[in-house]
Order: sequence, then C-alpha cells, then structure tokens
Amino acid sequence: MKELFILGVVTTFTLITYYLVEPFAHHQMHKHVESEGFAYKDLPALTKKGDATRGKDLVMGAGACTGCHAIKAAGIEPSMDPATAAASYGVNPPDLSNAGAVYSPKFLNDLIKNPAHALMVEHKFDPAKGKMHPMAQFYGAGGDMDQEVADMIAYLQSIAPKAEELTPKMAFETACGRCHAVHYENWTQIGEKPKFKKKQDELAFEINLANYQDSLKAYMGKLPPDLSMYIRSRGEHYISTFVENPQNYLKGTAMPRVGVTAESAEKVIEYLEDAGDAKRHERAEVGMNVMIYMIFFIIAAVLWKKEVWRDLH
Amino acid sequence: MAHFEKATSVHDWLNQRLAIDTVRRVMATEYWIPKNINFLWAMGMVLAVTFGLLLVSGIFLLMYYQPNVATAFDSVNYTIMREVEFGWLWRHVHGVAASVVFLIIYIHMFTGIYYGSYKKGREMIWISGMLLFVAFSAEAFSGYMLPWGQMSYWAGMVITNLFAGGSLHADGLVEWIRGDYVPAQAFLTRFFMLHVLLIPLAILGLIGLHFAALRIPHVNNQDGEEIDFDAEAKKYLAGDKAGSKVIRFANDFMAKDMMVVAFYLFFFFYLVFFHYDFAMDPVNFDPADGLKTPAHIYPEWYFLWSYEILRPFPTDPGLIAFAFAQVIFFLLPFLDRSPNAVPANRRGLFKIWFWVMLVDMIVLTAMGKLPPEGIFSTIGLYAAITFIALWVVLPFITKLERKL
Repeated sequence: MKELFILGVVTTFTLITYYLVEPFAHHQMHKHVESEGFAYKDLPALTKKGDATRGKDLVMGAGACTGCHAIKAAGIEPSMDPATAAASYGVNPPDLSNAGAVYSPKFLNDLIKNPAHALMVEHKFDPAKGKMHPMAQFYGAGGDMDQEVADMIAYLQSIAPKAEELTPKMAFETACGRCHAVHYENWTQIGEKPKFKKKQDELAFEINLANYQDSLKAYMGKLPPDLSMYIRSRGEHYISTFVENPQNYLKGTAMPRVGVTAESAEKVIEYLEDAGDAKRHERAEVGMNVMIYMIFFIIAAVLWKKEVWRDLH
Repeated sequence: MAHFEKATSVHDWLNQRLAIDTVRRVMATEYWIPKNINFLWAMGMVLAVTFGLLLVSGIFLLMYYQPNVATAFDSVNYTIMREVEFGWLWRHVHGVAASVVFLIIYIHMFTGIYYGSYKKGREMIWISGMLLFVAFSAEAFSGYMLPWGQMSYWAGMVITNLFAGGSLHADGLVEWIRGDYVPAQAFLTRFFMLHVLLIPLAILGLIGLHFAALRIPHVNNQDGEEIDFDAEAKKYLAGDKAGSKVIRFANDFMAKDMMVVAFYLFFFFYLVFFHYDFAMDPVNFDPADGLKTPAHIYPEWYFLWSYEILRPFPTDPGLIAFAFAQVIFFLLPFLDRSPNAVPANRRGLFKIWFWVMLVDMIVLTAMGKLPPEGIFSTIGLYAAITFIALWVVLPFITKLERKL
C-alpha cells in the first residue's frame, strides 16, 4: 500500500510537470485557430444552378480562361512551359482539369469574379495602386453574370474526376504543387523530377527549375518552403487551418487562400503524411503488437517475482 | 603459472580460467541488498535498461546517419524514417529514451535526496551519480545537434554562446568550441564525435564507478537503518530467509527489479508508438536555417530548470547563477550538515526543504519553456532566487537538526 502511495506521488509530480511543459506551454505559445470546416463563410453562396454545356462555351470562349489555363482533360494543352509561364505571370497558372473537384464552388464563384478577394491577397494586389492580380477578373459575357459563373463552375465540375477518383497526389498538385516542392516525394514546382539518362537533360531540368523558382521568389517574396516534413513540423491541425485561411496565422503573408474543399484538404494532408510520416500505419500495427507482448511480459515478471519472494517474507 | 587440471565439464573448464563461480557469488548471489526497499530502488536497473535501449538503437542509427550539414537532416528524416526497414522504430526508441532517461534520472536523484542516500559513506555514490548526470546532459545536447534541424542549430548557437562568459567576451573560446564563427560543418562533425564516441566512453566508465561506489557502503534502505550486512547474510545463508534483513542481488532483488522494468517498458513503448511528440520537438523537423530564427528557442524539458535560472537575471549575474546551478548538487553531501541519514519525513526542516526544492524545480521547468514575458518572467525570477536561497540555507537548517 505504501508503495502505491509512493507511486501516486511520483506519478502526480510527473504529470503536473508534463502538463505545464507540454499542453499548457503550447497553449500559451501558439495561437489556437478553430477550423470552419472549409465553409468559407465570408464568401457569398452560389444562387444559380449552372449548366455545363453553356459553361463549356464560356470557358473556351467569352470567359477567356484558356488564354492562360490549360485543361488537359478537355484536350487543351498549355501554351507555355511552366518556367516561361511563371516569367509572365509570377506563377504557372494551374491546369483546370481537376479544379472542379479540388476547389470549393463558393470559392471558384468568388475567384472568377474577384481573384484577389477570394485568394485573400488584396493587401498585395490593389488596382488603386496599379498592382493587378495576374488573373484578370471576369466582367461577364453580356448575360446574367451570376448565371454565367455558375455555368463555368458546372462545366469544370463535369470534367473533373469524381471525389473517389481524386488521389492525394492530384489534390496536392492542383492546390499546392506549383509553389511548394516536396522533395521526399520527388515533387518540384514544375512537376515530378524524372529519371534522366543523360547528365545534360538533368542539368537542363535543373536550370529550368531554377528559372521557375526565381520567378516564383520574385512573385511571392521568398521561395515557398519545401513541405516534405510539414506534417511533423506543423501537424495536421495547423496545416489544415492554415490552408483554410493563411491570414489567420501570418497576417500579410503572400500565401493565398487556395479555397480547397474539406475533402480535398484531407487528401492534401494524406499526401503530406505519405511524405513526412510514411510509416504511420506500420507504427500503429507494430505498436499494438508490442503493447500486447508487454502485457505478457508483465504477467511473467510478476509471477517470477512472486515465486522468488515467497520465501523472503 | 597456476596449476590446471583436466576439466570435467565446460563449466569447470571456464571456472578454472575465469573463476566464474566466484564472480557469480561476488557480483550476484552474495551481493547483499536490504530487504526493506520500495520500487524506487529499481530505478538504477530501469536506467541501465534505458541506457541499453539508447546504445542499441544508437548503433542502428549510426549505420545510416550522415554527419554532413547538407545531408544530415535528410539522412534522418528520409533515409532512416522512410527507406530503412524499421529505421523509424530505432529513431523513435532513441528519441523517446533520450527524454525518458532524464525523467528516471530525476526520480533517482530525488529518491536519493529524500532518503539521505548521499550521506555517511555514500558520498561517492552521489558524486559519481552527479558526474553521470553531467555526462548524460552532454550526451543529450550533442545528440540533439545531429538531426541538424532548426532547434539543433539554434540551441547549438545559444548554448555555445554561453562560453563567451558575458562581459568577459571570450568570443575566441566560442569560436574554438564551434570550429567556426557559427555552427557549421566543423561544429556538426565534432558534436557527432562527442555523441558517438567520447561521451559514451565516459558514461560507460562512470557507470562502472557508480556501481563500484555502491559496493562498500551498500544500498540504503527505506528507514535509513544501519544494517550489519555480514550478520544478516549469515542468517540468510543459514536458511532464515524471512528473518534476515538482506536479500541476494540475484535472483531476489533482480526479480523485483525486472517486475518494475516490465511496468516501465509498457509505459515506455506506449510513448514510443503513440505519444512521442513530447520528446521530438516539432520545430526540429524544419531543416537548420541560419537566416531564420525560430519564434521560441527553448531546450528540451530536462534542461528547462537550469535554463530558467540563467534567464531572469542580467547577463553576468545570470551566468553566475547558471554556473551555480550546474555544480551545486555535487556539494549536497557536504552542505547537508545533519548527522542523520534517514528519510526526509523524519528530519524536521529538511522535510520542508525537500518538498520546496522539488516544487521550485518544477516551477522553474515550466517557466523555462514559457516565453519570458509578464507574469511568467516574474514567477521565473522568484523561483530562481528561491532555488539559490534554498542552497544557502541548507547548511544552517541541517546544522540545527537534532540527532535522532
């Protein structure tokens, strides 16, 4: 009984120390941001039901999307390679094949009408100061603008992969991959780094990438970080609330709100887990087995002690 | 040359050459331990097991770790964590054990202080133990440099800066320790050497000294009772095991040790697999960047109390207070002037001293992590002053103690 009391004292002091150094200190040092579940409450809801056929005409025609964006799913190839595109726009404009699946419709609706607002970079792009966002806003094609935007979104959704077909890699590439490298997954801002047979080809790729990164640096103010270990350095909660609204943590950051859906955010997190915490499933499985083994070990140890100490009392 | 007979068995062959029966008797079966002890007496074995885990996991990590500023981070976080089979397991075992070992060291130390196990012939046990504490601290710090993350780099920067000695401006000494103006390749390689060779050698030697220091004064017991080990051992060997106040190291004491170790390992592996973040700071998963200072720089939890003794004062007094905190525990056997080697609860004012010291060190630990602002700064300052004051009053309050 006395031993249990001593164990209680030791455990209490240990837990108090743990509480103060870990949960309490973290709470004091780091701002806590609650997720809004990627609802984008500050953005207006879509009021019109879109028509994909009309949307297609707008995207390909009056909307002028394809002037800058490729849509490989619809057979539209990029007009420039990534480095040249970044030299023109600051960053390579995204291929829109997966946009309908990755981005929230509410976000797309606002983005098409007012990019800097939806992306939360109005502190950086202010038309009054002559600083225009590289994506031109859509002023309407002569009809009901809300209807036209809804049609374009409907079209993007019609060509996008179904939710279950969207892989973590696709979600990451569309939402994050043009600014962030993940070298543990062999991902660079201009795409996956291939295996090269010739040194010259590899160097050409590196030069191309360095040029792209220079443009990106000029556009963003610094080269956005490699995200390989972000799942361990920032953790899931920070990443998802940061992605939801980067201004929450870093007021004035150049990182835009990317407007992903809650499902796509989960896919992005999964991609980052695969990069920075690849053995998590194995860890859980081995961990369970070790804990079960330890229970048998404890039983054996207790029985041995009882056996040895029977004569000693 | 000694006379050798033809051996009758492998055992006999070895016994003639290595005297294994005698070794077994001296080291195990007739190494006498008091019976009146509780599970806190198993912390030595728990520490030995944890050190074993650190050594074995460290050997596996050493096969893949690359001490190069360009590749160190990726060799840990990519090669070991992703490519090597079970590399993640060795790394988590190593990281968690490095943190938990200090929890057990502190429990072990406070057990010694509470039961007066540093007095009356046991001074060398305490001093060799404190040397081990210093060696483990150096081992922990040097190991923390190796993943070459943000905290490695900035902790290395801050701690090596301490050697400038404040107003002494011994910047040359700091450069000499770093091998460069800032932590860089020379710094990483030498801390790698310290971590995998020199300090482990020192630790192994000190463990030997610590064990040897126990041999003559014997292990203390729960009531501080002076035991005639020879008489009690005779009683035991004569068959009165229940009446004797002593037990064999093996298997009697060992069986209890292993039971405690079993419970401990359950807790340890729970941390390794399901709750490792406390031992592996998230900030250190960002690669070292000399142009980007982290918002908060703090040491691992086990150094926080001494960090907080440094921090609330101006530079020079802070460094003096810090140096005081590093050496003062060594002097405990000499600052405690009481003639009684009994548990603190029977020692009057010392009982209060013990609990105030324990709580004060926990307060220092907590404040050491928190940003030094507002109320935390004030609490830290008072806790640091309390720490120093406790050591100043210790000789006086123990001198007043009546002999029991």
